[in-house]
Amino acid sequence: MSGKPKLTYFNGRGRMESIRWLLAAAGVEFEEDFLETREQYLKLIQDGHLLFDQVPLVEIDGMKMVQTKAILSYIAGKHNLYGKGLKERAFIDTYVEGTTDLMQMILTLPFSPPEAKKKNLPLIIEKAKNRYFPAYEKALKQHGQGFLVGNQLSWADVHLLEAILMVEEKEPTVLSEFPLLQGFKTRISNMPTIKKFLQPGSQRKPQPDDKYVATVMKILKEG
Amino acid sequence: MAGKPKLYYFNGRGRMESVRWLLAAAGIEFVEEFLETREQYEKLLQDGALLFQQVPMVEIDGMKMVQTRAILGYIAAKHNLYGKNLKERALIDMYVEGTRDLMDLIRVHHKFSPEEQEKNLALINERATARYFPVYEKVLKDHGTEFLVGNQLTWADVQLIEAILMVEEKVSTILSKFPLLQDFKTRICNIPTIKKFLQPGSQRKPPPDESYVVTANRVFNRK
Repeated sequence: MSGKPKLTYFNGRGRMESIRWLLAAAGVEFEEDFLETREQYLKLIQDGHLLFDQVPLVEIDGMKMVQTKAILSYIAGKHNLYGKGLKERAFIDTYVEGTTDLMQMILTLPFSPPEAKKKNLPLIIEKAKNRYFPAYEKALKQHGQGFLVGNQLSWADVHLLEAILMVEEKEPTVLSEFPLLQGFKTRISNMPTIKKFLQPGSQRKPQPDDKYVATVMKILKEG
Repeated sequence: MAGKPKLYYFNGRGRMESVRWLLAAAGIEFVEEFLETREQYEKLLQDGALLFQQVPMVEIDGMKMVQTRAILGYIAAKHNLYGKNLKERALIDMYVEGTRDLMDLIRVHHKFSPEEQEKNLALINERATARYFPVYEKVLKDHGTEFLVGNQLTWADVQLIEAILMVEEKVSTILSKFPLLQDFKTRICNIPTIKKFLQPGSQRKPPPDESYVVTANRVFNRK
């Protein structure tokens, strides 16, 4: 019996946010269980729910899935967001690895010491402007459809929109030299399921704050 | 027209080694171009051959593929090493993400100072024996076939054998408490394509040494 997918994670973005985005884009309703104490986390481990003792955990279709990439691939495959054929998959995989690398830099920023944060943020913006966004601008130009791959929405598009919005939160003018990405952002944001996810009251999480960082560190006993 | 895949990377393991393993396991011959000078790297950049300005890059089936995970996923799917359906894929994805995390600890080991290496070695030992190998030992036990997923060799098995051998190079007794993994290692190493790859003279690369580090730093202009 498959009920709604159930997501177990902290009450914040982290590695789970891309999963929330993809489920939302696919129009799939999901439930969330938030980790608030170390005891909850240790109990999950003791009960054998976490294959590698780590979250994200997504209970879906009778599986207790861990490893963000594996979870996202499963959702994409199941909901027709993984292209048509081996080569489209290859392109999608390549593109999401790029946006993962970019978003990973922002994801870890709140957990670094203040001097490192100050130093790293400009480097991240520089990478976004000189490495990643030019690649996606060019991909859109060469492909000539509204989407990165094929002629319908795929995981790659959802992930790219998430990355764009995440970088814009740090640097609002970051897309100023990328007209096709600006058009892409508008178009994809207006797709009904995504538009809904972008509205207040959705399960989209806000940017991490000090309280979130403290909760995560306490639960994982790091630092 | 499908010629042999061509691998662009340093003459050493790094991120490309898993690609060499998988191609070899699939019985696919490949050629290699080794990066030795900064000029070679800049030429690849200027020619637009590196989507995100990074290697590994593999020319395969008319594509210039980058992003290790995308390359591995393509090879696995193309050569029947990715399971038979969405759920087998999901298991394979979870397992390879786990072995990837373990191998990443070793991949960067040579970059550390001697003190950091001592700490890292302890971490590798702990993670292998307390987090990762117990999982794969249990999978083999519960699954009951010779392989991690389904009843034939998959990408998950190839990456696990690579990880086992890599950890053993650092801690030779690492499998002492894992009898099923010991059997797995023997069995998988005797598969003809893999046996061949393990013999001297194959394209398998040795662990990183000083000259590998120097070359990588020079090519990437790192201090």
